[in-house]
Formats: sequence, structure tokens, C-alpha cells
Amino acid sequence: MNATDGKRTLVLIRHSPYGSSLARASVDVALATAAFEQPVNLLFVGDGVLQLLSGQDCEALGVKNLGRLLSSLPLYDIDHVYVDAEAAARYQLDLDAAPVAALPLDPGAMAELVSTHDHLLGF
Amino acid sequence: MIYALLVMSSPASGQCAMTAARFARGVLARGHSIKRVFFLDAGTGAGSATAVYPQDESARLQPWVDLAEQHGVELSLCIASALKYGMLDEAEATRYDRRRGTIHPAFTLAGLGQLVDAAASVDRMVSFGG
Repeated sequence: MNATDGKRTLVLIRHSPYGSSLARASVDVALATAAFEQPVNLLFVGDGVLQLLSGQDCEALGVKNLGRLLSSLPLYDIDHVYVDAEAAARYQLDLDAAPVAALPLDPGAMAELVSTHDHLLGF
Repeated sequence: MIYALLVMSSPASGQCAMTAARFARGVLARGHSIKRVFFLDAGTGAGSATAVYPQDESARLQPWVDLAEQHGVELSLCIASALKYGMLDEAEATRYDRRRGTIHPAFTLAGLGQLVDAAASVDRMVSFGG
């Protein structure tokens, strides 16, 4: 194995946007992977789907806006963002208004997605 | 097989970080190799040279130092996380006007590129915590 293989990495994100520093760290890992021109996709599951809420206002929290960071994903050539459809429905997310376009997947499709990647980085 | 480890759990909370160190020993004992251990978020606490744990508990730092010194395992602390957790080497301590560094010399501060580089070149990427 060498560094030119272009291993496909799936970043799995479970953390809600402002409850843990890992929420931002996981997005940073995805951005860094893309910046180094390695193939990477994102999958938001469980509470992590809350990162896709539209109109996030975290000014009072004194932290950076994660929604704004997510809206920059297409600039990094991260084309594929996926979201756990059941969790999105549970939180009544309006995916059309999400900071980045995300394709909803049912459990079977999520399992299929995981199997098509070389590395799964779960946060 | 070539492995890389991603450690996100604090050594001060739960067993996950120490499980990672034992897993690393197991990987090497089976004849595999470890490209790098990358510590992210609270996991960066593993590099602390100043943390003090109860004497009747197992050592948190020494297992990692042994991996580095006896097996040449590269231990990289995510610099962005490390700074937030007070994990500084001498250069960062000087840069941010802190009295002295706080990490053990077996560890180095590194950017996320080192995690990406590891993922790109190993057979197995195993994460602990998160």
C-alpha cells in the first residue's frame, strides 16, 4: 500500500453542533481530507443531523458557526453529503433549507454506503 | 498489515484511551506495523507530562512512551486540539507566552494533514472514542 491509493474515507458524524468540540473537529477532519485531495464523504446520523439545521445562530454561545462551515463544503470539492433519513424526520429537519445539500438515506442505504469506503472515521 | 490509530478520548475519563494503547501493543505483537497514532480533541491529554494520576491507578503516559521509545511508534497530537487542552511543546509555549511546555517529548504537535496522510497510506484506520 502506498500514499497514492486514494483511499475512500467516510466521516460519520453523530454529535449535535454545539454540544461537543468533536462536532466541529469531525467537520475539520473532512475538510482537511478534501484539502489534501483524498476522496471523502460525510454521513450525518442521530443527533448529528442537527448540524444541518438552517439559520443556526450561535452568537450568544461565543463559538464559531458550524452551519456556515458546512456551507463551505462544496468549495472543498466535497460533493457527497448524506443524512440519516429517520433522524432527519425525527427532528423535522427541512433539508431543502440545510446549509449544505444532503441526500437522505434509509438504514439499508447507509450500510451500503459504509461498505463502499476504505476507512470509516466515526465521531 | 499497516495500522493507524485515531484517539479522541481523554485518558482521564473512561478506559478508551488506555484500550487504544493496549490495542497498539497487540497490533505490534502480532507482527503488524503502526504508521502513526493521531490524538484529537480530548485525546490529546495523553501527551501530558504534567498530569498527575493516583498512584494506585495504572500509568496513563508510560504505555505511550514505551510504544514510541521501544517500537518507534509516531505519536502526533492535533495541534488545534492540543492548544485548547493546554498541551504545548516548548516552541508553542514560547509563542503563546506560557512559562513552559507541557507535553512529553515522545509526542509531537501536528496538523490534521498528518491524520489524512495516515488514512491515505494504511490498511486499517481504527478510532477510539468519539
